[in-house]
Amino acid sequence: MRFGVVVFPGTWSDCDFHYVIGEVLQQPVKYVWHRDRNLAEFDCIVLPGGFSYGDYLRAGAIAGRSPVVEALPEFVARGGVVLGSCNGFQILCEAGLLPGALMRNECLQYRCQSTHLLVENTDTAFTRGIRPGQVLRMPISHGEGKYHAEPHVLATLKKQNQIVLRYCTEDGGVTRAANPNGSVENIAGIVNDEGTVFGLMPHPERAAETAMGGTDGLMIFHSLLGSLVEDGSVLKR
Amino acid sequence: MKARVLIRLKRGILDVQGSAVLRALAGLGYPELRELRVGKVVELDLDAADPTAAAARVEEMCRKLLANPVTEDFSIECPLP
Repeated sequence: MRFGVVVFPGTWSDCDFHYVIGEVLQQPVKYVWHRDRNLAEFDCIVLPGGFSYGDYLRAGAIAGRSPVVEALPEFVARGGVVLGSCNGFQILCEAGLLPGALMRNECLQYRCQSTHLLVENTDTAFTRGIRPGQVLRMPISHGEGKYHAEPHVLATLKKQNQIVLRYCTEDGGVTRAANPNGSVENIAGIVNDEGTVFGLMPHPERAAETAMGGTDGLMIFHSLLGSLVEDGSVLKR
Repeated sequence: MKARVLIRLKRGILDVQGSAVLRALAGLGYPELRELRVGKVVELDLDAADPTAAAARVEEMCRKLLANPVTEDFSIECPLP
């Protein structure tokens, strides 16, 4: 699978994603500058974490209107998939590619910690290799990760099974105490209605080698690789 | 022509920043505070034929970038006195 890792001024997880994809997974990967619009050579575009454009105005607001993000709808329409982690998730929401918004953490603190995540939807290109109800452990590192959506949007997300990850306890309990940022209904990651655009606040690229303290993030990458079919297209569901 | 945009969190959305500032002020001797919400002011200076045209352009800017329709409301003052 051919990966493109987008670099905005202020992105910080680009090198981590590039390393995991290129070195750990041995897949072809290139950096994509935020001004590029031509994504024809890629199967998967990654929007990494960081503080794109300094997160001025709102987290991900300016990046959400950048040339590379404007090219994403067409990229997705011709069969590509998009993974946005942390700032990448904020950018996808700001761009309207995912519903809702990410707001300042309810605790007002920047949270850099390990979290447990309940996988609710394994019917996407990003999670097909994971058992329904499986609990993954991945770190978060953000100050603005409180997922917010209006009640009717939330209802649609549930109805269409778009909620992929929820913050939970080690044994899978979706509790208030397990919610690090005040996200509505403990939501940590969602997909678009097609299942081709995935946004999550946790960092799969920081849980990809034993030396990092865990490898659960790899399950997302392995799911993606398992979704690539012989003709070069990516299975949606 | 000068314009000013006031961007506020929608009513009903918890303003954690505002709550923290309120608590700080209460600690500084202002226990009478009941509510405090923090917003943003954007000041613009633009070329436009008249105030109506300017306001229309600024409104477009708000919808495209300055405000997030999911969480924020905005109001425009144009022209400024």
